[in-house]
Formats: sequence, C-alpha cells, structure tokens
Amino acid sequence: MTDSTIPMPNEADFHYSVQDADTLLARFAEAANWQERYRQIMLLGKDLPSINAEFRVDMAQVKGCESDAWLYHLARNGRHYYLADSDARIVKGLIGLLLGACHGKTSDEIQAFDPKAYFTQLGLEGQLSPSRTNGLNALAKAIKGAAQ
Amino acid sequence: MTQSALPTSNSVTNTAASHVTPDNTVALCSAEATSENARIRSQFPALNQMLDGYPLCYLDTAATSQKPQIVLDAMAQYYTNDNANVHRAAHQLSARSTLNYEKVRDQLQQFLKAKRREEIIFTHGTTESINLVAFGLSTQLSAGDMILIDSAAHHANIVPWQELAKRTGAVIKPIPLMQDCRLDINAYKTLLELKPKIVALCHVSNALGTVNPVAQLVQLAKAQGAITLVDGAQAVAHLTLDMTKIDCDFYVFSGHKMYGPTGVGVLYGRFECLDSLTPLMTGGEMIKRVSFEATEFGSLPNRLEAGTPPIAEVIGLGAAITFLQTELTPQVQAYETELLTYLQTQLRALGEVHLYGSLDNNIGVVAFNLANEHHQDVGILLDQQGIAVRCGHHCAMPLMQSLNLKGCCRASIGIYTNKQDIDRFISALTSVKDLLL
Repeated sequence: MTDSTIPMPNEADFHYSVQDADTLLARFAEAANWQERYRQIMLLGKDLPSINAEFRVDMAQVKGCESDAWLYHLARNGRHYYLADSDARIVKGLIGLLLGACHGKTSDEIQAFDPKAYFTQLGLEGQLSPSRTNGLNALAKAIKGAAQ
Repeated sequence: MTQSALPTSNSVTNTAASHVTPDNTVALCSAEATSENARIRSQFPALNQMLDGYPLCYLDTAATSQKPQIVLDAMAQYYTNDNANVHRAAHQLSARSTLNYEKVRDQLQQFLKAKRREEIIFTHGTTESINLVAFGLSTQLSAGDMILIDSAAHHANIVPWQELAKRTGAVIKPIPLMQDCRLDINAYKTLLELKPKIVALCHVSNALGTVNPVAQLVQLAKAQGAITLVDGAQAVAHLTLDMTKIDCDFYVFSGHKMYGPTGVGVLYGRFECLDSLTPLMTGGEMIKRVSFEATEFGSLPNRLEAGTPPIAEVIGLGAAITFLQTELTPQVQAYETELLTYLQTQLRALGEVHLYGSLDNNIGVVAFNLANEHHQDVGILLDQQGIAVRCGHHCAMPLMQSLNLKGCCRASIGIYTNKQDIDRFISALTSVKDLLL
C-alpha cells in the first residue's frame, strides 16, 4: 500500500478526524439491539471519506473480502493515517471502527491495539472471525501490518 | 415469464405474479401436507437451534443440505461396529464393511436406473467426478477439438475443461443463455453443427435454479457425436433421476447436497465411456498386477477408485438414498415447488427486490438483490436474524458477468423447509429493507 508504483491519493485526503475508540465504545454501549448497532456502523461508514474511482485499483485491494475494499496508508511524523473504502456499507462501517482505533495513532499504539477485544466490547465479536467473508480480519491485519 | 415480458436490462425484475395460480396456496396450507412436512423436518436435528435469540432459518440447502438422523446413525453405526478397510476381506469385519460399501453401489444403480453396477464410481464429490472425466479424456482429444460448456455452469464444470483444453489444445466455447438465463437452444444447435467433442451441461443451475431440458440437450449433442457430461449436483435432492431417459455419457453429483455426508460423490458413466478413461488417480485398489517393470490396471469400478475410499461417507450416502427413496414422493416434490413459488411471490410482494433468471421451471433456488444494496450487506443483516443464505458469485462468475452483477443473494430450500421458514425470511428481509433503504 506504500509501494511507490501505485498511484497515491493526495496527502490532504489522509488528514481527517475520526471518533476515537473510547467514544465509539460508548456509542455502541448505548445500542440496545443489533438493528441499532448496524445503524451506527453504517452511519460511521458514511462519515468516512470516499476513495475516488481512479484509486480503487486491484493493488490497493484488501483480499479476503466478499465485497471490494481498498486501503491506503501514509506515515507522517511517527503517526499513521489511513484512507479506506468499500463498496459494501457495513464493511465500510467496520473499517470506520478499526480506524477509530488506529487512524492518526503511533506505531506503538497501533501494535497494542487488540481487534478481538475491541470488537467483543463493541458487541460485534462474530464479525471478526477469519471464516467470515466480510474481510474484517484481513482489514485489521492490513491496518496493523502497515504500521509495523 | 415469457421473453416478451422481460425488461430490457439483463437483470430480470419481476413485478407480476401472473403464473401463480390460486391452487398453489391450497396444498401449502393443507393439514396433510403440513404434517407430512413436519414429520420429515423432525428428522433433521441441526435445524432445531437458536442463533442469538432467533430460530435458525436455513435457506442455504443449495450450498449443502442438512443431514437426517438416518444418515448420522448409519455413519456412527459404521464407525462404532463395522470399521474396517474394504476389498481386503481376510477377516469378518472387512467382509462386513465391504458388503455394506458395495451395497450402496447397488442402491445407486437402482436409484439412477443405471444398466450395470460397474457404472457407479465413488468419488469425493462433484468436483472430483468432473476432474476424473476431464483428465480421463485427455488422450481422446487433439488440438482444435471443441468443448461446449453451459454458460450457467458452476466453476467445477468449467475449470477442469479449461485445464483439459490447455493439455490438448482443445478449444472451449460457452453455450449462450437467453435473456432469462435459460440455455439458448437455437444457439446451442448452431454450435453443435461444429461437431464438438465434449458437451458439458448442468442439470440445474446452482446460482439460479434453472432446470435444463437435459434429455433433449443430450440427444442433440449425441446426434452430433459429442461425449456428454451432466452436472447433477443441484438436481439430485429435488428430482427423480433416470439415466435411461437422460441418456448422457456421464452424470455427476455430490452426497452432501442430497442429505448425505460431505466428502463423497458419484460419477455415473456408461460402461464403455468409463472404461475408456485414463485413471486420474493411481495406486492401491485400482490395480490387477503390479511389478516394477509394468503394472496392469484392474477393471471397473475399482480402476477409477484408487486408494481407500471414503467408506463411512459412502455408507452415509446409502442412508441418504434410502431417505430420498422413502420421503421424496411426488407429493413432497409438489410441496417443494409450491414453497418455491410462495417464496418468489412473497419476495416480489416485498417490492424493490430484483429476482434473477426465469421463475418458471426452476427448482430449489431464488437469486435476488435488494434494490441496489450490496449482497453482502443484505447477507450480514439477515444473519443477525438467524437467516442462513448465500451471498456472492455462487461459483458461477461467468453467469454473474452475463447478468452484469458482482453477486447476489441466494435463498435455497430443501425437503425440510416449511412455510414458516419463508415467512421468517420475508419478515427478516423486511427489517433489512427498513435499515438499508
């Protein structure tokens, strides 16, 4: 994803703010049922920036998703910034949850991030399983891997 | 659905319920049909479970069917009492095991109306069966020979032929579909005039449930001298099969889609066709004589069953055949048909649902998308409510491309599916619609 042969979106596109993990955890703790949890997930996806068609290329794709998902990474001053998108709304929302924990964070913070514990706390532990076709597990690995 | 009633886009959006007769709802609700359905359903223990507070609603039978108790018992019985390797009957246990294993071959001969028991080969599934044929025909093809493949075929009925073409220089030609995804008979006839060596068909499309008129298609192919293979993986749980009527050279299917275990499949072939195949797998069991100078292969069926076969799975398959022969009566088949029509009707009534393929003359499967929503989003939200459907390309990418789709959702039914399943599914999809639209 940092390979120089892939066209990179503008640096400015990487600088956006996200709700941090604690805020998201509080937001999901209030969700009374699955409908509300998934409504929140999709709202979160809506708030994330989109990746333009020209950057939705094979080489930026995260494999392991039934839907298409693209991920770009930028490291600046010891912090990591991500630009990610999917053609499925729930996957994009799940990406939003991951980015809440990782976007703009340091390598140490990202390495300390435990997706399993996080998604369990969110009440979404089932979605992280590698046997799921949503690709969340692959996305979590790619996001953590880029910050190594 | 007739051709003229179709919209101009590739996807078939059905809005009229014209072919649903009032009679369709009578049998579904009749006390007799309902209690018969309940009796059959009660034989499937896995169906009786809750998922996150929702009862399991299993609408993924086309991927794999659930297993009745009789199959589970037969396999447990084999491992508990009879476990021994087959065809090496120096002791009583092996003799018993061999007898039970070979009995299933006789059962299958009768089930398929095959002429000889040697025409039944046990494999590990449909995919292996097709690979066995595609490899086995390698020496019978030369460069430029043509292989016709049904455009609605599963990847398992495409890729082995592509590999055969690579080895031999043969050429693959897809048989086009009409707008409603049924095979285009006129285009097929034109292609047959080019004298293809092999014609690979599916009996029932796994993605759409469309039933091909296979007997007619095979007859046309044979008139031009082609070798015919029919993939029956999606047919065998729903239809009564008769090889004397279909008259193809090879017919293949899996145990796990017909209420039997995974890991076992069947290759039926006319004796002389099977006998002409070069074995893909060689080793023990399939030989007559082995020395380091020369090895002589044994005769059918063992010649194509190298190594220790999936014995417990074959025993389980035997029980599944007994189950089908007992339970899949014409009344039960009619009930399944009505249930599918009910499912189609309810989906259309929901609105903003795209249904794909011809809705007439199809079995087991409804392929759909909800408005322009991603099939995966729909699948995830259905799963939250205990609904099991498949979402994706259904291992039929060429078919999805011809529909101009990345994928779709597929709800598929089986002998145990009831009206309540359909009602739960529709109610769950209504919740999904409320969330997404």
